[in-house]
Amino acid sequence: MSWLSDFFGDPANWSGPDGIPARLLEHLEFSALALALAMLVAIPLGLLIGHTGRGGVIVVISANLARALPTLGLLVLFVLLLGTASILPVIIPLVLLAIPPILVNTFEGIRGVDPELRDAAYGMGLTGGQVLGRVLVPVALPLILLGLRLSAIQVVATTTVAAYTGLGGLGRFVIDGFATKDYASVVGGSVLIVLFALAVQLVFTLLQRTTVSPGVSRRVKVRQVASGRETT
Amino acid sequence: MITFDAVTKRYADGTVAVDNLSLEAPTGEITVFVGPSGCGKTTSLRMINRMIDATEGRILLDGDPVQDIDPPKLRRGIGYVIQQAGLFPHKKIVDNVATVPLLLGWDRGKARSRAMELLERVGLDPAMGERYPFQLSGGQQQRVGVARALAADPPVLLMDEPFSAVDPIVRTSLQDELLRLQAELNKTIVFVTHDIDEAIKLGDRVAVLRVGGRLAQLADPKTLLSEPADDFVREFLGHDRGIRRLQFVGTEGLRLRTDLTVPAGFSGGSPEPWVLAVSDDGRPVGWLRGDGGGEPEPYGTFRPGRDSMRSALDAALLSPSGCAVAVGEDGKVAGVATREALDEALAEAADG
Ligand SMILES: Nc1ncnc2c1ncn2[C@@H]1O[C@H](COP(=O)(O)OP(=O)(O)O)[C@@H](O)[C@H]1O
Ligand SMILES: [Mg+2]
Repeated sequence: MSWLSDFFGDPANWSGPDGIPARLLEHLEFSALALALAMLVAIPLGLLIGHTGRGGVIVVISANLARALPTLGLLVLFVLLLGTASILPVIIPLVLLAIPPILVNTFEGIRGVDPELRDAAYGMGLTGGQVLGRVLVPVALPLILLGLRLSAIQVVATTTVAAYTGLGGLGRFVIDGFATKDYASVVGGSVLIVLFALAVQLVFTLLQRTTVSPGVSRRVKVRQVASGRETT
Repeated sequence: MITFDAVTKRYADGTVAVDNLSLEAPTGEITVFVGPSGCGKTTSLRMINRMIDATEGRILLDGDPVQDIDPPKLRRGIGYVIQQAGLFPHKKIVDNVATVPLLLGWDRGKARSRAMELLERVGLDPAMGERYPFQLSGGQQQRVGVARALAADPPVLLMDEPFSAVDPIVRTSLQDELLRLQAELNKTIVFVTHDIDEAIKLGDRVAVLRVGGRLAQLADPKTLLSEPADDFVREFLGHDRGIRRLQFVGTEGLRLRTDLTVPAGFSGGSPEPWVLAVSDDGRPVGWLRGDGGGEPEPYGTFRPGRDSMRSALDAALLSPSGCAVAVGEDGKVAGVATREALDEALAEAADG
């Protein structure tokens, strides 16, 4: 455990371009950028395919590719192709990795909405767009958020590995630490990575709590209606 | 008025769900589509609000072809109630009910207060407005479904087996509630059911459809029961058609005897085999033997002029005397319909 105090107690680790705050920020930047780009593609696509029922094959292909493609191999390939001058070779594979869980879950969420509900919405005179925005999305939100969370966790984990390519992020503490046999740095870096992942989980839990209707998550305390008029 | 003018629906796979249907659903009346499963009831109903478009023929709403109206606009003017209620799970009950008014651009406050008013109208505690659908029973959800359909006060209401998924007791109360509402609101209602008893209870007019989507008979319930058009309709109506027909025979002409009542303290001495003991305030107590022996026996009552012959007969069968006790609005005994009187009335009903 002295490794931990060595790592976190060393003032040198708290400043400079390879200090903890800088690395944390890099990790956050890469992850957030990759996730944002993936959302920009996958959410509209998932909504569209789920709502129209056309193009489901794209979702299937995407899901299968996600299973088949080795992320690390992809990462190395892009770095070899594009060099390390920009963050592009890291961002592209991260985005590709992040798209399938969002796409698949958004699609499944929208598809899975009770057809009776969809029917009732149209029957009341909502337009196609209103049905999607006012009914399907709020009801599918838990699944859409699940997709985002799965993606975020994968991206955060893979960003760690991206340190191999010479880019920054929390992974550097681990990789550089191994290289220099600085085990305090390895352990400290690992702890940071775990904490970061937990923080991401927490953020999504809070997001779920605040955005999903209690009527959908069924997290409402049943209040007694103070009247005897309930007949049925 | 809703007019079906030679309407046919052929699905993409070739199924003819509705075949050359022509009929009218008059303004302010309940028209019921009834028939076995798959006979095209739902398809017929959904062509009215263009959830399905007819392949041939026209459907007119007060003379205007629905085909010429943009579906969302058309549907906002037509209430629609389906079997599973289809409430929005993410919205509170009050917001569910306010859906169409909000779509029509009402302001929030007005839409909400209208929603509260409607919850009360359909027999729900307005406090339920703050709940979510999953916190309501199936029967309550159906009531909310009806309230939601009525929210913007549409002249037309389409109901597709709205009460089929609830238990029989709740179903009966929902049916009674609908009839009560309709007496106030006078909507043009098209109601779909596979249950002939429901059709007869609710319908001003009943359209019996046969599989293949053809109209077998369109008539008021009484005519349907007394003059089924063919074997299909006769069979669909079931075996106790005669008894059920008594529902439509009135009791206003029933001869009542007023000389069969005695005070509660009666101790014998009547030549009649049975006499009805009546309390000081005029309410029935029970049947007593004419010789005064034994305890008061059970009795059945009906309200002459208001209840049907079926109720009167039912009341008679509940009494050892075989007589039905006629009571007024105030619950006081108005007289007794004896077996002979009932027999005369039945003979008349069988003739007419
Ligand atoms: N979308 C569809 N495509 C093909 N056939 C359909 C479709 N919807 C209904 N049908 C068929 O049309 C017939 C009438 O269906 P429906 O109107 O739902 O009957 P009901 O409501 O009386 O049970 C049935 O044979 C049914 O299988
Ligand atoms: Mg049906």
